Amino acid sequence: MKQNILIGVMLVAIALLIALPWYAPFFYIFIFTEILILGLFAVSFNLIFGYTGMLSFGHAAYFGMGAYTTAMLLLHQDWPFVYTLFAAMALSGLLALVIGFLCVRLSEVYFAMLTLAFGMMVFTIAHSWRDVTNGSDGIAGFRIKEFGLGLDLTIGNPTVYYHVTLVVVGIAAVILYIISRSSFGMILKAIRQNPERVSFCGLNIRTYRLASFTIGGIFAGLAGALIAPFLRVASPELMHWSMSAEPVLMSILGGTGYFLGPFVGAAMFVLLETWITSFTESWMLFLGIVLALMVMFFRKGVLGTFLDWWMNKND
Amino acid sequence: MSGLGPALLNSLEMGLLLFVIAVGLNIVFGVLNIINFAHGALYMLGAYLAYTLMSLAGLSFWVALIIAPLGVAAIAVVIDRLMLRFIYHRDVADSLLLTFAILLIIAESIRSIFGSNIQAVYPPDALQGTVRLLGGSYPVYSLFVIFSGLVILAGLWYLFNRTRVGKIMRAAALDRDMAEALCINTRMVVTGVFAFGAWLAGVGGVIAAPMRTIDPGMGDKIIIESFIVVVIGGLGSFPGALLGALILGAIYGFGGRYFPEFNLLLPFLGMALVLLFKPTGLMGKGANA
Repeated sequence: MKQNILIGVMLVAIALLIALPWYAPFFYIFIFTEILILGLFAVSFNLIFGYTGMLSFGHAAYFGMGAYTTAMLLLHQDWPFVYTLFAAMALSGLLALVIGFLCVRLSEVYFAMLTLAFGMMVFTIAHSWRDVTNGSDGIAGFRIKEFGLGLDLTIGNPTVYYHVTLVVVGIAAVILYIISRSSFGMILKAIRQNPERVSFCGLNIRTYRLASFTIGGIFAGLAGALIAPFLRVASPELMHWSMSAEPVLMSILGGTGYFLGPFVGAAMFVLLETWITSFTESWMLFLGIVLALMVMFFRKGVLGTFLDWWMNKND
Repeated sequence: MSGLGPALLNSLEMGLLLFVIAVGLNIVFGVLNIINFAHGALYMLGAYLAYTLMSLAGLSFWVALIIAPLGVAAIAVVIDRLMLRFIYHRDVADSLLLTFAILLIIAESIRSIFGSNIQAVYPPDALQGTVRLLGGSYPVYSLFVIFSGLVILAGLWYLFNRTRVGKIMRAAALDRDMAEALCINTRMVVTGVFAFGAWLAGVGGVIAAPMRTIDPGMGDKIIIESFIVVVIGGLGSFPGALLGALILGAIYGFGGRYFPEFNLLLPFLGMALVLLFKPTGLMGKGANA
């Protein structure tokens, strides 16, 4: 019964998202494009953090890598947009594979610190290698000439770009959901709960951790590839550690235990930011207080706390 | 090689300032098993308290040097009793998250009170001007920074090796349950150690105030530098914090001379190399993590 209600809520939410441009103010098309992109970024992070139990503090490196890949391919090669998405996923995945290979051997704090170091190395390279990345200005002035797949879409129109983002993020979310529910996903969860025991079962933990890390990197790259045309720039800030902190915050806000938790967290993050900054500048102060309360008392996040309460009610 | 002397002194100055800040991070990690992301914010709080006391209340630098760190320590006691006590028994990751929230709260409070502009305080009259030293002219204040770092280094060494309080702290770091069994009030030790770490961050903030700019971004910069220092030296290690700080100071002092292109990259590269080959740090003990 409750399962059916949840599925119903999901369907209504999807319908509302598809129909958004026809009922919401124009401004909210931008807000929801951002929520979808950052939501995908946060979900890709949560595969590593919430499922596999590794706190990565350098996830923005792959996000930024995706953004730079798309921006540079559009600027220099005039690639169709869809192909740049695949290229961004491939390169971000490769970067995550290399960095992950070095990082997954470490546990807990050391893992967090090493991913932070690599993330900041990538940031520094993007910031300093002026000939290729154009330094702190970033890559701008690119244009989507062609969408690809034989479709003739005017990406410059925010409504069209919102729907493109919705479809791409939707497909990516379904793929990630299937991965998280597969036996592979179950093993990741088991690794978080008890790595020794999984190891005793004859599974190579490092391989699974690396696979999780790489998949997270691939989809962070996809999110980054979507943010570049949205912001019209790919700049080093996208790779800074403070950007790596955002999916962490979103996952904690929404809840790391449920697949959609980070999406809910991203929506809360962006909407609260929009509303609170409209009457006070100290939005980050508010965020800090909420985050502290969540970590201390509601570690399951908003979605997790609500669902657990609701599912156990009257049972 | 003209100018080698000043580069050496700059390295030493930077290194010892970093040591004062990073050693607080390490002591807190060693005893409490908490990575304090808010440590940089506490350092910034020290600098802003000094600014308030000196520029707004008209007190002298020396008074600020005594009062501001104590103020930071007092705030740390509140943070510990109000927030951190909920997560002491949890994963280290949770402490990173909660202290990150504390960082946001402190940094944004400061930003809303003082604004985003850069503030400045000036060294006391006795420490102004320059001296000629090792083939270059050198600010007197920098010598004071080096001197203060050495005094704190000596003081900490004495504290940990020669006093009862230091031994209790070391005991609590090694085995908190055992220490409790020996009638040590570990709750007080925990709060005291956290406040002491914050006090060191505050001292660093006051000392840094006249030489670095005071702005709401200063905490973000120093916390990453402190992470680099403690990781290179060894998390939780007292000599490690010194070694790591001197290495990072040397990278800053000399890196700009010999590898200007890589100067920003080098600290992170060093941190990554240490983590890859000896995750417990250069001075850290124990097996690979």
